[in-house]
Amino acid sequence: MKNGRHTRLIWLILMAACVLAPDYGQAKYDYIDISNPFLKKIPIAIPPFQTALGGDEAIVDAGDACDLLSETLNFTGYFKLLDQGAFLEYPGKTGIDAENIHFYNWTGIGAELLITGGISVSDGTITMELRLFDTFKEKLLVGKRYMSKPDNLRRMIRGFCSEVIFHLTGSYGIFNSKIAFVSTSPGHKQIYDCDFDGANPRRMTRSKSIALSPAWSSDGKWIAYTDYARGKPDLYIKHVTEKRGAVVSKDGINITPAWVPGKFSLAATLSFSGDPEIYLLTGTGKIIKRVTNNWGIDVSPTFSQDGREMAFVSKRSGTPQIFIKQLQTGQVRRLTFEGKYNTTPNWSPKGDKIAYSCLKNGHFNICVIGSDGEKQMVLTQDAGDNESPTWSPDGSLIAFSSTREGKSRIFVMTAFGTDQRRLLMMPGEQTNPEWSPDIINE
Amino acid sequence: MQKKLLGGVVFLMVIAGLIMLASCAKDAVQSTTPEEQTTEDADKKAEAEEAARREAGQRATEEDAIRQAKEAARKMFVSEDIYFDFDDSSLTSDAQEMLRQKAAWMRNSPDVLVVVEGHCDERGTAEYNLALGDQRAASVKAFLKDLGLTASRIRTISYGEEMPVDKGGNEDAFAKNRRAHFDIE
Repeated sequence: MKNGRHTRLIWLILMAACVLAPDYGQAKYDYIDISNPFLKKIPIAIPPFQTALGGDEAIVDAGDACDLLSETLNFTGYFKLLDQGAFLEYPGKTGIDAENIHFYNWTGIGAELLITGGISVSDGTITMELRLFDTFKEKLLVGKRYMSKPDNLRRMIRGFCSEVIFHLTGSYGIFNSKIAFVSTSPGHKQIYDCDFDGANPRRMTRSKSIALSPAWSSDGKWIAYTDYARGKPDLYIKHVTEKRGAVVSKDGINITPAWVPGKFSLAATLSFSGDPEIYLLTGTGKIIKRVTNNWGIDVSPTFSQDGREMAFVSKRSGTPQIFIKQLQTGQVRRLTFEGKYNTTPNWSPKGDKIAYSCLKNGHFNICVIGSDGEKQMVLTQDAGDNESPTWSPDGSLIAFSSTREGKSRIFVMTAFGTDQRRLLMMPGEQTNPEWSPDIINE
Repeated sequence: MQKKLLGGVVFLMVIAGLIMLASCAKDAVQSTTPEEQTTEDADKKAEAEEAARREAGQRATEEDAIRQAKEAARKMFVSEDIYFDFDDSSLTSDAQEMLRQKAAWMRNSPDVLVVVEGHCDERGTAEYNLALGDQRAASVKAFLKDLGLTASRIRTISYGEEMPVDKGGNEDAFAKNRRAHFDIE
């Protein structure tokens, strides 16, 4: 039933997608400099939408739709939203297509991009037209028309935002992704997830014990985590929507899962041998092989996007430091040398960067380092303890936990440490965020 | 006839006296708890009770004392945690001394199975601390094994930083939380 509705929605969106085909003649992606897109934010104007609501106006609020579009794009950190009070023209009244727009009214207030929107409702179906313009080139960049039921408004707006970000960066971004995290709201630690922007938090696990360390498979269909449901830390591998899965319940700890990109396979730390070592497991929980072989703690694996290398935390040099193992050759190199406590590495899904938490002067901060050990940056400072960084699927943002407001909460910032903000507010404390892949064809 | 009656009354009084004496002695035994035995402010009344106790049931009290001592030893085994340094799973000399006492108790209680819980302070990351807690419990188990105890009697479980005993967030609290805790299965 639910699937049928999804299919219909996708069909509707697909049918609509090409209606407002823009001119793709010129090179894309020259709007946002991927090397540091947050240095110069692009000034963008998003004026109120045009409305032709017909009889059932109560169904949808055009103001809410415009706000949601603005907030969704603003979340990326790429844009500077211009104040609607400064606008000289109101496309919502005068027309939302290129013919009716006087681009000098927008370049005049500094806008480089302009998004116009129109909503009409008839027979309980919303039709939404959205256009992205380059105000200097006076050109339509992206134009889409969506038709669907009102409760899919959020989905339609996210679909358009994905198109905008794809046009500007060459990647679809994050708007279909979710963030899993640990929350103490039920009185003990359980796994939750929410939309990329903190909306719709939802409890995923329902045990009476402690649940920790969620990890998404790269198709977003599976989640692995540690749960004390049987009285000890076991590894649970569960399908997100179906009642399928496996439990790894060997003696000792069964913790810190991390999926191999593109495979139904994951790494985890098991200590049944008497020592915490990292093993490669099938998605059904069978051991494929032992990956680390060293007395002392080996924990928190994370894979490079091509799956050839694995970063992890090891105490082999006396203090917890991050190491990288070349899986084919078996070669291991130490990545972090600064400080006495570097843990929770997370490999960027785009590019050779690893985020981790480092202890300095008694506080944890989020750092990023190249996989070659170069270009280390500290992204948080003087803001409580900051731990467990996780990259957004496009590598543009990092979510992490922070105690800067007292209780531990989930925060988000750009990959360069700018635009730090709290992701969501809910009872209890939240830790251990884990960003899912961007699942476009959900 | 009157003489006979008088004799009966005397007899009854003697019986009643004996019963009272016996119940007094019994009471004295019951009210003598180990705490009172160890306190030094024993007055004359206590001395009298002590005498009564000795007369009435020395053996019972000794058995009681042994049982109490056993219970105390068992309680001590569970209540006394051993402590670790920051980011360290090796056993300090204090910890080793305490483990020798625990091992002695385990030897005297051959039927008992124990759980060793490894805990960490809340500094550091939760993931790493789960592994550290595991190593702490493992080093305790290894030490007890070296002292001749059967490994199968000792189960380990790591709680990492998930169950602090003191949430004070200061150095004292951290030190209390870096521990191995014992339990009896």
